This record gives sequence, C-alpha cells and structure tokens, in this order.
Amino acid sequence: MTVDPNVFLAILAMAAATVLTRISGLLLIRFVTIGPQQKRALEAIPPAVLMAVIAPTALVTGPAETLAVLATALAATRLPLLAAVATGVIVVAIARALIGA
Amino acid sequence: MAPLIIAVMPIGLVFGAVAASKGLSSLEVTLMSALVFAGGSQFVAMDIWSHPASWGAVGFSALLVNIRHVLMSASIGTKMPAFSGPAKYAAMLLLADEIWAMAETRAAQARLSAAWYAGLAVPFYFVWVLTSLAGSVAGAFLGDPKAIGLDFAFPAVFVVLLMGFWKGRQTGAVLAASAAAAVLTHQLLPGVWYIAAGAAAGVIATLVIDQRREACA
Repeated sequence: MTVDPNVFLAILAMAAATVLTRISGLLLIRFVTIGPQQKRALEAIPPAVLMAVIAPTALVTGPAETLAVLATALAATRLPLLAAVATGVIVVAIARALIGA
Repeated sequence: MAPLIIAVMPIGLVFGAVAASKGLSSLEVTLMSALVFAGGSQFVAMDIWSHPASWGAVGFSALLVNIRHVLMSASIGTKMPAFSGPAKYAAMLLLADEIWAMAETRAAQARLSAAWYAGLAVPFYFVWVLTSLAGSVAGAFLGDPKAIGLDFAFPAVFVVLLMGFWKGRQTGAVLAASAAAAVLTHQLLPGVWYIAAGAAAGVIATLVIDQRREACA
C-alpha cells in the first residue's frame, strides 16, 4: 500500500485534465447565447456521441459484436434497460463461443 | 439506475486488475479511480503506462480522451435550470459518459433535478472506486471477463440509451453521419479521436439539414 510520487503526479495530471473538460462546457454556455439553431446542434450531440462510441463495436469489431448490437437494439424496443443489456451480453457470449471470435 | 450500477461493476473490476498488472498498488488504483473517475482515459493511461510514470503523457492523453466532455457538459448544462450554481459544478465533476447519457434521457422526459442526478451519480461513483480496488486486489484470480461477454455490458447500455433518442428521419441522418465518421476515424487514427469525429459529423449533419430546410421555406 504505497503511493509513488511519480504515480501520484500522473494521477493528478489526469484528474486536472478531466476536471477541465467537464467544467469548460458549462463555462462555454455562460458566454455563448443559445439560439434555435445552436439548440438543435446541442440536441444532436447526445445521439451523435452515443453512436460514435458504439459504431466501431457495432460495425468493425466482429460478427459476434455486430449481431449482439442488433439484438440489443431490437430488445430495447420491447424490454426494459437491464433485460435488453442482459440480452446483448448473452448474445455476444453465445456468438463468440459459436463463431470463435 | 440499477442496470448502470451493475454494468459498471465488471468494468471497475477489470480496470483494477489491469492496473495491478501494470504494477500500481491498490492505493494508487483507488486514488486514480477516485480522482480521475473517467474509465476510458484510465484504460488508455494503462495502455501507455511507463516506469517511472510520465505525468505529461497520461495527462495529455486524458485531455484528448475526455475532450468529448466539453460537448457533453455544454449539452447537459442547458438542461439544469433546477440546479443551484454550485450544484451544477459539483454535478459536472461526476459527469461520466453513462451518467451523462442517463441524465440526457431523463431530461428529455422530465425536469432534471439535483436529487435525481445525485441519486444516480453518487452510487455510481462509489461502485466504480470500490470495484477498482477489489479488481486490483483480486487481480489474477478474476479470469477473462470477455469469455462471459461482460465486456459488452457498456456497449449494450449505450445501444439501449441511443434507441431512446430516435425522433424520426433527422435523427437517422445524424446517426448515419456519426457512424460513418466514427468508423472511418477509428480505422485511420489511433486513440479516441473517433468519438470527437462522430460527434462533429452528427452536429454538422443537423446544421446542413437546418439550412436546407430554410432554403426550401
């Protein structure tokens, strides 16, 4: 149970960088007025970021992941969050076992 | 909220195990999860970890990995009229991807309250820190989480949340632009530029559609 000074400094640098990114959006909207067009642009951010996060997993990781993303999306139209997530996890595990990815 | 907490557990355990394998002590692992609290950048830091640790390299990579938080905090910040000034800033300190996505989903349906946000973010934070610690202690005993598909828990959460943002054809254009830009960038550039590229492409798609609509009107 020790903390190396170098490691501690690295952790602090990471923490400072992360806090900066988290606070600066809030500061930004204080100084920029939000019109209807800016509002629509901001509204596009959540789905665009979510899509960007999952796109490589969904499209280029492998057939097991692609299949599981499709299964999860389908399940999400019928089932609550936890059940849909469980569907995805089960499908990916089975698909990896069968396809060997 | 329970699904998020359950989904974060395997990721925290894996992070702790990976960090321990890189030579970090349990206390260092716990400190990193508690002070940084941004899983993506913590995993990237472990990828490029060196001895002695380079604060410049991991600090800069954390900045790049988390640059998306600027957009996210700008977006969710406009949906927090019910928060006091200090509460808004405190909320941003706990703005992980999953918290943000859930809060955006909530804000689309109801008024976002500070109590609701804290009820989600605070337990999530402690589970992340505690499972990181547990993972660093358990380390080698953990086995491969990929074998039972647990690494897919977060992508699956994101898929479900994404489905909730569907509002018709304009959303389709945003998603198509974002997916294309993200995959292309992911193939061409190392690191996590693909998230910024996908976000930018989605926003540009919205602005282009807006302008066309104005031109037609």
